[in-house]
Amino acid sequence: MERDERRKVLELLLWMTDRPLKPAELLRVLGDDAPLEMELRDDLAQLGRELDERQSPMQVVEIAQGYQLASRPAFSQWVRRLYKEKTALRLSPSALETLSIIAYKQPLTRGEIEDIRGVDVTGVVETLLERKLIKIVGRKEALGRPLLYGTTTDFMRQFGLRSLDELPRLDELIPSEEAAPAAPPVDAAPAAVNAAGDNPEAPHA
Amino acid sequence: MTMFTAHEVKLEVFEGPLDLLLYLIKKNDLNIRDIPISRITADYLAIVEVLKDLNLNAAGEFLVTAATLMQIKARALLPAPSSEAEEEMDPRANLVERLLEYQRYKEAAKHLEQKLQSHKDVHYRGAPLLADGDYTMEASLFDLLDAFREVLENLKPRVREIDSEDVPLEVKIKDILGYLADRPYATFKEILTRERTRRALISTFLAVLELIRLRQIVARQMESFGDIRVYRAEALPRELTVEYATAEAEPTPAAPLPDEPPPPTEG
Repeated sequence: MERDERRKVLELLLWMTDRPLKPAELLRVLGDDAPLEMELRDDLAQLGRELDERQSPMQVVEIAQGYQLASRPAFSQWVRRLYKEKTALRLSPSALETLSIIAYKQPLTRGEIEDIRGVDVTGVVETLLERKLIKIVGRKEALGRPLLYGTTTDFMRQFGLRSLDELPRLDELIPSEEAAPAAPPVDAAPAAVNAAGDNPEAPHA
Repeated sequence: MTMFTAHEVKLEVFEGPLDLLLYLIKKNDLNIRDIPISRITADYLAIVEVLKDLNLNAAGEFLVTAATLMQIKARALLPAPSSEAEEEMDPRANLVERLLEYQRYKEAAKHLEQKLQSHKDVHYRGAPLLADGDYTMEASLFDLLDAFREVLENLKPRVREIDSEDVPLEVKIKDILGYLADRPYATFKEILTRERTRRALISTFLAVLELIRLRQIVARQMESFGDIRVYRAEALPRELTVEYATAEAEPTPAAPLPDEPPPPTEG
């Protein structure tokens, strides 16, 4: 199969699929025409550039350890209109905190989340389950065999993560006033990863 | 008696005791590792008093931490601990650790929120697995019971009597999830009629109920008293959202699932 044609096939597959396709899956579909994985990734990158050049409203997105076509942000309003605006995900600060604890420490139990947050998280966990951002991944072999929670592929898509490794390391996430524990806070430190200068003063609304 | 339960009254500003402490530390421009304990305890208790007035139940969570603070304060008045072992038990160090850890997750949450914001305009295709008609009601327990009864009655009498071994619920749960893993849905009857013995049938029914309770599967009907279809929760097309779930590779839970069966069933 010619490279050009292969790219067309890939474009079709990424357009058809409703979930990210992993390279291994794409190679399996291509069967006898499968290139090396390296070439495949190359093709996908090339396809992405083609779509850019063509100014296509779609883009190749690498997400949740796979690839999928997605709309470009500039065209978002049309998708929203199609789906009557019901596309935005809104999460409360406590839901986000709980979600981040799960993302970093999964699999873990509700009790373990509560140990960190110091509050009951039953309702929040329910919400996250409903939104399919987390799922039950098993039970802990401990007293009462509590349920274990982990994040989903949907979580990675919504948050634009290629993989969980993409999350900044926890110890890099030090708010500025903590970076120089000895000295008085003043203007202490590089706020590191967490750019966007959000103001830690206000517990975000 | 009060109109609000602890759950309903959302303390938007401080979600919990740790948030309150962090807030006070921040507000007073303090260093977490070096909190002036008397002062912070006083401030903390003052706010807890207000909370008590507002909302009786929520204050409970705050009181535990208040006790910790007072314990720390009391210790500070005693001579320094002699042994290192005692040092390790230091409730103050413990609290500081918790605060630092919690603060890191709060930062992580901010990071996630940014990610969410920057991706909110990127939409993915969700090929609906089903026709529009499928977006209907969820089957009630009675629908399930009724279908179950029918299948049970249709078991060949001879087979029905064979008292086979008990089938553990978790085996059935895995079995059902496995069965659903490679198809968009199965009818409830189809799942039940895979069973040949009464006991296995009952186990399967209980397993379905448990999976529904755990939101791992959803039972839906196109019309009242119609066929019941069972979907894996993750394979379910979401109404009017762009992103759909995911035929994830490992739908079966790692550890064996529940053992406490849901309440009433025997048909």
